[in-house]
Amino acid sequence: MSPTRRLSDTAYLSQMLPLPLALPLAELEVGQHLYWHLGNLKIHGQVFLSSWVVIGALLALVFVGTRKLERDPRGLQNFLEFLWDYLRDLAREQIGEKAYRDWLPFIGTLFLFIFVSNWGGALLPWKLISLPHGELGAPTADINTTVALALLVSLAYFYAGLSRKGFRYFEYYVEPTPIMVPFKIVEDFTKPLSLSFRLFGNILADELVVAVLAFLVPLVVPLPAMLLGLFTSAIQALIFATLAAYYIGEAVHESHH
Amino acid sequence: MDSITSAASVLAAGLAVGLGAIGPGIGQGTAAGGAVEGIARQPEAEGKIRGTLLLSLAFMEALTIYGLVVALVLLFANPFA
Repeated sequence: MSPTRRLSDTAYLSQMLPLPLALPLAELEVGQHLYWHLGNLKIHGQVFLSSWVVIGALLALVFVGTRKLERDPRGLQNFLEFLWDYLRDLAREQIGEKAYRDWLPFIGTLFLFIFVSNWGGALLPWKLISLPHGELGAPTADINTTVALALLVSLAYFYAGLSRKGFRYFEYYVEPTPIMVPFKIVEDFTKPLSLSFRLFGNILADELVVAVLAFLVPLVVPLPAMLLGLFTSAIQALIFATLAAYYIGEAVHESHH
Repeated sequence: MDSITSAASVLAAGLAVGLGAIGPGIGQGTAAGGAVEGIARQPEAEGKIRGTLLLSLAFMEALTIYGLVVALVLLFANPFA
């Protein structure tokens, strides 16, 4: 955490406005990026690196925890079973007894990836690794990650509704009255919009608050903000998973006439 | 971007989030108060109340997020620049 690096972060904030716009969506992020070129595509390398770390950590945790299963769980297996119970209750409460089993892996993956991303971005000492451009941090502080996750949720609830109810799924749009049709159609667009921007905005705001405080007073003072950041980022992971499960549950719900 | 457009954009971005936060703030306060009252009356229903509360807070928060989207568009993807 060298002061020069911090200075460059906040100096960037003051010159955000005059940025020329190449791609409207890609310029929403704060800070610079480590660009990888893949054909015609420009890829944000730092997001890939940190999400690979997150994915690797999750895979290692689950692999080590389930290698030697015992009847009386101890240690890591116990912890994983607790997690499984927690996620199962979450999915069952929102989706309902009938369909939750199909969607538990999806909801659980979303929760764990977002949770470990958020906490990893705050807890791991990323600043020790310096990149030529940009800096490592939580993958969820990049709008592209959160939009991808939110669009996955959209696809998931459409698929859930269509596969369970067929074309009767579209009855949902005229319930309780046909006047609701425009609102329900707008909802299909605002669901991924609010899901992605909620996560992105919260995580980015946490990182910015800590960065600005650490720039002003490097010692002790940023600590409460960091603890608050840990709390809110855990809540955000829970909210994302709960809302995803709620949308899927809404799509598979059978109304009783 | 000329200076008057950027000044107006910055001002409007601030107003979009600031004004957009008032209503959901009041609503979230009311909802959280109701949830606390419910838990105080019936502590055994805490888990269920918390789940419902989080879900409804998220829906209220979505309104502020639309303000945030407007602010971000004005700052980074300004159509009038």
